[in-house]
Amino acid sequence: MEKLSGGDMLIRALHDEGVEIIFGYPGGAALHIYDAIFNQDKVDHVLVRHEQAATHAADGYARATGKPGVVLVTSGPGATNAITGIATAFMDSIPMVVISGQVTRDAIGSDAFQETDMIGVSRPVVKHSFMVQKAEDIPGIVKQAFHIAVTGRPGPVVIDIPKDVTDPGEKYPYEYPETIKIRSYNPPTKGHSGQIKKAVEILMNARKPVIYSGGGVIQGEGATLLTELAKTLEFPVTNTLMGLGAYPATDKQFLGMLGMHGTYEANMAMHESDVILAIGARFDDRVTNSDVSKFCPDATILHIDIDPASISKTVTAHVPIVGPVEPVLKEMIDQVKASNQKVDKEALDAWWQKIDHWRERQCLAVTPAEGDIIKPQEAVQALYEATNGQAYITSDVGQHQMFAAQYYHFDLPRRWINSGGLGTMGFGLPAAMGVQLAFPDATVACVTGEGSIQMNIQELATCKQCALPIKILNLNNEALGMVKQWQDMQYGGRHSASTYADSLPDFVALAESYGHTGIRIEKRSELQEKMNVAMAMKDKLVFIDVAVDQNEHVYPMAIKGGAMSEMFLSKTERT
Amino acid sequence: MRRIVSVLMENQPGALSRVVGLFSQRNYNINSLTVAPTEDPTLSRLTLTTVGDDRKIEQIIKHLNKVVDVAKLVDLTEGSHIERELMLIKVKATGAQRAEVKRICDIFRGDVVDVSPTMYTIQLTGTSEKLDGFIQALAGTTILEVARTGVSGIARGEKILTL
Repeated sequence: MEKLSGGDMLIRALHDEGVEIIFGYPGGAALHIYDAIFNQDKVDHVLVRHEQAATHAADGYARATGKPGVVLVTSGPGATNAITGIATAFMDSIPMVVISGQVTRDAIGSDAFQETDMIGVSRPVVKHSFMVQKAEDIPGIVKQAFHIAVTGRPGPVVIDIPKDVTDPGEKYPYEYPETIKIRSYNPPTKGHSGQIKKAVEILMNARKPVIYSGGGVIQGEGATLLTELAKTLEFPVTNTLMGLGAYPATDKQFLGMLGMHGTYEANMAMHESDVILAIGARFDDRVTNSDVSKFCPDATILHIDIDPASISKTVTAHVPIVGPVEPVLKEMIDQVKASNQKVDKEALDAWWQKIDHWRERQCLAVTPAEGDIIKPQEAVQALYEATNGQAYITSDVGQHQMFAAQYYHFDLPRRWINSGGLGTMGFGLPAAMGVQLAFPDATVACVTGEGSIQMNIQELATCKQCALPIKILNLNNEALGMVKQWQDMQYGGRHSASTYADSLPDFVALAESYGHTGIRIEKRSELQEKMNVAMAMKDKLVFIDVAVDQNEHVYPMAIKGGAMSEMFLSKTERT
Repeated sequence: MRRIVSVLMENQPGALSRVVGLFSQRNYNINSLTVAPTEDPTLSRLTLTTVGDDRKIEQIIKHLNKVVDVAKLVDLTEGSHIERELMLIKVKATGAQRAEVKRICDIFRGDVVDVSPTMYTIQLTGTSEKLDGFIQALAGTTILEVARTGVSGIARGEKILTL
């Protein structure tokens, strides 16, 4: 059998696992591993400028491809810097394997230089973690780590490796296991047929149904089946922020996003529904609003999820179905087609009429600002036009994120990449790097704000080094827009620590100093044309700094403590 | 309501901290906790007592099941079961107190396992309620130290918690 050092074993194991690219940053405890990377050419390494960006880039790669993202960092600060990105992936159930260097085995616990208890620090934000005790264990642990990261409800897995375990001078027999069985870990592989049957019977008798689907449908490769089910039943569909793209946004059965900044029609339909089919969604507080007792009072809730702990956590499910989305939806479609019951066409027609009536309210209509001022929504619309709706869009967190979700209509899954659960500012640019590296020829745009982009702006250097032609759309309102919006609405307009207009960088010059192209757009009349020019620069990273209306709020917006039907529709209107 | 949950998990470093961490992370209570390897040294059995309404207990059970190191678990309080806790208690035993303490100890079927001129160390086994009762019965004496193991339990009859 071939003999390898621990460091070589690790990289070989990653290759044998099918890993093509890892995102990382070197440091003392990881140097043996970095030497192993240097000595081979099968696994690429992308050098980021901050470990948080490595995790977000791997995360973006994972969301866009469905394959696990891989991160390599050193011990101590390298490991702790990765934590925010690990937590981001954990909250959104993204498969990721994070390898962290650790001080040598004999130094662990001695407060050695750059020592941190990574297993302990990461514990609440990982699906599982491993501390490698000896080099011979590396192939088995890597195999287990990937198996755990991608199966069941996916999530990040940490492998912490003491430096001496990767010593190039000590070699051990290497063999990568083909299969793995973990006796204490057996995620469900199919749903309960009896429960699916029960759910189908309720669906066939529904008079005011809604399909509410979340990120699980995308993660579980269920988008095509979701569309087939919805088309077969002719039911309306709403997606969560994480689920956008699981159902084609331009289809007439799509109601838009639901929840805090969901559309009027989606939230009204949820509230008045008699049956909700929740698929891969978790009744998050940004969907249900804070008081779940007011949530959809007349609805019978059918809930499909791979994680039993997500079912009946906040809202009680009448028919829980634990299982992976794909086989469950397949069986459900088969049962619907074989059913001798028919959906009440008349009731469904009346329901659609009601929905069309809600749609007439045109809750997302944009009223142009006075003069030549650009509304942030218009900037997203211009991006949609310039990219024919075909781009991969990453975003940061705040108003721009909601505008992107509302105005960029995603027809395909894995095209909308944002931090929904943790809400991590600084996610967008590094995530876009991961997407662009996975799909070098695709158009990848990062919709961001001047607040979020500054949280990982250093990655412009990584983009230069890797020649990534990302398009950054900076909706620049010279303030932390969402914070300011809440302060306007709930704190009497006291803008505590949310403005910094006098200290913003010149983003065009900043982008240029990193070797990229910068464009500033200030006039509505020039918006589309300049956007088209920027998007046509296929080989360049273009930083598009758009001066937008500084007083704009995101609407609709759920009224705190209310039911789903209670929303602000503009600064002056509410339901 | 008080629950006793028994968990079979991998006897590996880090497994216990994952279970305990889950409780603090999700704001669940742990009233007592005991853990030791089973007849199979690769498996540990952990028994904990907690309180919560049905919804909370359901979430606790589901989240414990999600911990990768957890192989199997059971809520013993769902069925008929035996629960035991062991207590070592040091009490002052001088003068008239000396005979009185011994008498109470006999009533509770405790054993005096260590004796000094001024104190007794008593070992007592039973349900937590019985142990609490014993402490209350000793109200008239000076309790110097208490060491309790926390609850361990097992289902009655044919029901077995095994892989």
